[in-house]
Amino acid sequence: MATLRDIKRRIRSVQNTRQITRAMEMVSAAKLRRAQNRVEKSRPYAGKMQLILDNLSAASGELAHPFFEKRVVKKSTLVVVTSDRGFCGSFNHNILRRAETFLKDPAHKSVELVCVGKKGFDHFKKRGWNIIFSQIDYGGNLELAKVRHLSTELTRRFLAKETDEIFLLYTTFISTSRYRVTLERFLNIEQTAQESVGAGVDYIFEPDPVAIYDDLMPRFAMTKIQTALANSFASEHAARMVAMSAATKNAGEMIDTLVLVRNKARQAAITKELLDIVGGAESLHS
Amino acid sequence: MATFTLSIVTPEQVLFEEEVESIVVPGAQGYLGVLAHHAPLITPIVPGRLTVRKNSSTELVMAISGGFLEVSGNKATVLADAVEYADKIDIERAKKALERVQTRLKDKPEGFDFDRAMASLRRAENRLKICETITVGRRQT
Repeated sequence: MATLRDIKRRIRSVQNTRQITRAMEMVSAAKLRRAQNRVEKSRPYAGKMQLILDNLSAASGELAHPFFEKRVVKKSTLVVVTSDRGFCGSFNHNILRRAETFLKDPAHKSVELVCVGKKGFDHFKKRGWNIIFSQIDYGGNLELAKVRHLSTELTRRFLAKETDEIFLLYTTFISTSRYRVTLERFLNIEQTAQESVGAGVDYIFEPDPVAIYDDLMPRFAMTKIQTALANSFASEHAARMVAMSAATKNAGEMIDTLVLVRNKARQAAITKELLDIVGGAESLHS
Repeated sequence: MATFTLSIVTPEQVLFEEEVESIVVPGAQGYLGVLAHHAPLITPIVPGRLTVRKNSSTELVMAISGGFLEVSGNKATVLADAVEYADKIDIERAKKALERVQTRLKDKPEGFDFDRAMASLRRAENRLKICETITVGRRQT
């Protein structure tokens, strides 16, 4: 049986852990608020951009843009967005598991990876996948210049036919307790069905659809990536907050049980000492 | 005067969403005005001055760094890369950006991208110009 001292030491250690998890929970809560704010505020922009693109592609029809080009898939690229740090429950695990299913799928041939986030990078590096580009320790706050770099590099590879399809794999933030792993086609862009677009709004394009594409596409690509990153970051903190709050609760429960054990052990020690004294006194009497 | 709904949206936020009488936008083909009940239109925006007329006495002036204009169903949406009210422009930052890009254009360092430098130059000049031409940024009565 554990001695009183061992139990006391154990209680202290669990208390310390609880303090740390509670602090981490609070830090994540604060960061989540900011990240969530950013996700929500960027939604109108992304939505509007999609609307313009849909209308544009509906109006320009077949001529379209090289981004729409559907090719026979010989090489695929997968962008995996994970977190840099752990302690966020099943957040990274879910993403990586989905990535593994993607990699096993025979529809995607000779996949190359782009890893954003240390966890994903470590995972695939260890398994010897071909990582063409990685961004680790980005802390969720990727600078505009780096997003642009990533976005131009990806589009360049697609246009140069170094890859035939590009997918984004990230976690969509829905609410604090809900986030979903999302696999999204980044390039080629799939044309939205003609009839579902704009309900017959006949736009004037100035100067003309093709010229607008040139302006729109780089922004569209960047927005897509930024949205994915922002969503992933918010989800990461939501996941971490939930995981840490559970850990804090568990630590509390553990302390409660340990305190009971400690009290029992103390009582036993007292009883034992009393018995010793009584026993000693008895032996003196006789 | 008839009004329409204008929203100015940037990647960071929805900056403005109100009923207005008219706007003047630096389109790719030159400045263009939009009044209520304009025909559906999509056009790129270049760096320049965005003027929003809320009513006969209130006019807002902003510096816009590029984006898109979409008009449909008596609603106009300006998708802006960046947009600032004329009186909220960070002059120091614009000046620094201008200096930086000018030295880059002169020195032409490794990995120098001419198009991007020119775009950056235009943005900085645009901000400074709008600052200068406006004595009172938001004229309100």
